[in-house]
Amino acid sequence: MIAEIGLAALWLAAALAALQLLAGFAGARAADGKAELAALARPAATLQAVLCAVAFLALLYVFAITDLSVRLVAVNSHSMKPFIFKLSGAWGNHEGSMLLWVTVMAMAGGLIALIERRLPERTMMATLCAQAFVGLGFYAFLLLSSNPFERLAEVPAEGNGLNPLLQDIGLAFHPPTLYIGYVGLSVAFSFAVAALLTRNVTPEFARVMRPWVLGAWIFLTIGITAGSYWAYYELGWGGWWFWDPVENASLMPWLAATALLHSVSVLAARDALRTWTIMLGVIAFSMSMLGTFLVRSGILTSVHAFAVDPERGSFILALLALYIGGALVIFALRAHTISEGERFNLVSREGALVVNNIGLSAILGIVLLGTLYPLLTEAFDVRVSVGPPYFNPVSAIFFLPMMVVLMVGPLLRWRRDEFSRIIKPVALVAAIVITVLIRVAIVNDISILSMLGLAFAAGLAVASFAPLFKRALHRTPLAIWGMCIAHFGIAVALFGMAADTAFQQERLVATSVGDVVEVGPWTGRLDSVKAVAGPNWTAMQANMLLSYNGGPELEAHPQSRNFWTPQMETSEVALLTRWNGQLYVAVGNQAEDGRWQLRLWWKPFVTFIWYGGLLIALGGGLALVGRVVGDLRRRRQAAEGFDDEDLDDASETVPTA
Amino acid sequence: MSTRIKPKHQRLALLLIALAALIGATLLAIYALRDQASYFYVPAEIAADPPAPGQAIRLGGMVENGSIAMQADGVTVEFVVHDGQARVPVTFNGIRPALFVEGSGVVADGRMDADGTFVADRLLAKHDENYTPRELEGMTTAQMREELQDTVE
Repeated sequence: MIAEIGLAALWLAAALAALQLLAGFAGARAADGKAELAALARPAATLQAVLCAVAFLALLYVFAITDLSVRLVAVNSHSMKPFIFKLSGAWGNHEGSMLLWVTVMAMAGGLIALIERRLPERTMMATLCAQAFVGLGFYAFLLLSSNPFERLAEVPAEGNGLNPLLQDIGLAFHPPTLYIGYVGLSVAFSFAVAALLTRNVTPEFARVMRPWVLGAWIFLTIGITAGSYWAYYELGWGGWWFWDPVENASLMPWLAATALLHSVSVLAARDALRTWTIMLGVIAFSMSMLGTFLVRSGILTSVHAFAVDPERGSFILALLALYIGGALVIFALRAHTISEGERFNLVSREGALVVNNIGLSAILGIVLLGTLYPLLTEAFDVRVSVGPPYFNPVSAIFFLPMMVVLMVGPLLRWRRDEFSRIIKPVALVAAIVITVLIRVAIVNDISILSMLGLAFAAGLAVASFAPLFKRALHRTPLAIWGMCIAHFGIAVALFGMAADTAFQQERLVATSVGDVVEVGPWTGRLDSVKAVAGPNWTAMQANMLLSYNGGPELEAHPQSRNFWTPQMETSEVALLTRWNGQLYVAVGNQAEDGRWQLRLWWKPFVTFIWYGGLLIALGGGLALVGRVVGDLRRRRQAAEGFDDEDLDDASETVPTA
Repeated sequence: MSTRIKPKHQRLALLLIALAALIGATLLAIYALRDQASYFYVPAEIAADPPAPGQAIRLGGMVENGSIAMQADGVTVEFVVHDGQARVPVTFNGIRPALFVEGSGVVADGRMDADGTFVADRLLAKHDENYTPRELEGMTTAQMREELQDTVE
């Protein structure tokens, strides 16, 4: 019954999307955005969000009670699974994850319909129309080829269970945050298309679009950070980024969204980069959809590709062609109608942000080509894989110059500036970079990329707070704090990546109980190995006692787990976290002579990678709060009849993030 | 760019810079991809046209029955990968995946050394029915496909 309610809610939501499409279209056609039908657009969007929420709750319910008459539950769940994984397992499969996608999309559409009142009504109607158009495609995909509520004629006695790699708390966080980010970008896409259609590419429009982009970007950042940490401890390979196509699929929208975030700030503050911002709005969500296509079509094989079904692949490909192609056609037809924006010098804040945008786009192109290359060559029956030897150096060629601009750019004034004005802070930062570079080059024998990474991280850590210099800190807008903290987060993450790559130490040994193992500053011994059992697995657990530089002994319990539904062996690593790094311990097979394989890594400052990611998201959050609060205050003052022109200018002298 | 140039020219200049950077990135990417992409080999291809030692490649095939031998250090394993036509000795230093057994399919990342042994950095074996190394899906040798049928659906 509950499953049928969910399915009915979905069909109704799809019907409402069709209504919203028509109503929005009517509104966008009318000169003032007001047509009889148009009044229905906003309620249709809001109600759709409610119906999708109902459908999603219905799915959670059938998973919670393990209703095995629902095919999806029977295939992906198991009554013995811990409750939290029953719930998160609802989206740990193709159909459920697409329902999550559609739900987030409806929520985003409902939210703009409900609270966004700043845009001209015509543009707003066009936005809702575009949002409904995109939504309809995904409703069709869900209902016609991926129905999550399909019933089974014969109810099986027990479910198949969930892929053990996904039976982790990471599944509760990583997909939802990532999807909010992915799909949140659909709002930016709809805004961009609507602005093109109604010829309304203005700073006011950019100010409306900015918080939505910022919100999506924050969630994307958190989602990627969480995914990276999850892969790090779950796969047992000791790495935090594999340049796996699926990881790239999440990185590409992030790169585009980061570029969009900065260009939309230029548009909001300075009325420049109009066409470019619109283009990025289209590209960002296109990358989200491309990522979905790559991951969900079965074209790639990984833990993320739940089912290989060519029909679904063609369906998503058709949607992709329709939306990206359609948006690009509108862009081509309308781009010339966007009048020229304000001019600026190369040496100016805008100039620096242009370099940032070009750098990010270039990296996006490099990642995109590297990800698609194996698919292209396969068409010619040549099988290749592309990994770090390609991605690391090639993206660094664009990443490192961007770091230089990132240190200098926030110090520059809008429109026109002179280097001579900021020569002192620039010299200081340059001195730091060069000192660290020389120091590292003399003392350590590490790769050139790690060296540059460490040096730039040090320089950027200082430079990121330079914009606060000589400011009254308590009067500094939150958005500027956000920018500084996000940039500082990049320095922190970069430091973690470079330090881990340069200084990690690895030991792979076969040990008997009582043997001593050393790795880096750690000394440990294998105390015992015993069998342990969980709700749906059994494991061999190595009990180790380890001490850092002769300090107190700490326990670590890596396991080699055997799940029985489905049959699979996974490695549960043990992590000992210190402020200056992490010890990573994995236990492997038992050799014939009875010794156990142990793999230990000492990873200095590896945790800084994820702290950095969180700082970046925190910076985004501060900027978002600052923008929204500022906007509310301005609206209140406008309502009270203040002339708010000056206030507006003051808050727009610096960009977000 | 001087402040006196017309807006139209500024837009053109921006467009040209962006295009130049993107085309540069694309050319760079294509050049690097030809150089750095790691090609997939089956043993027969290695026998026919051996890749240069040290070149990163992927090797895929079946683990020969009775070939897995553990070295005295307890962590280095040696085995032979075959495809019915040729055999390649492989050495791997690390924790083997659970489903790495004799007679099953395997894909290894690594490189050939000077004496014709493949040195693997990472082994990918069948994880579960939903996760098969992609390269094992449509192998060319008929015999291999037959053998793979049992282990790697």
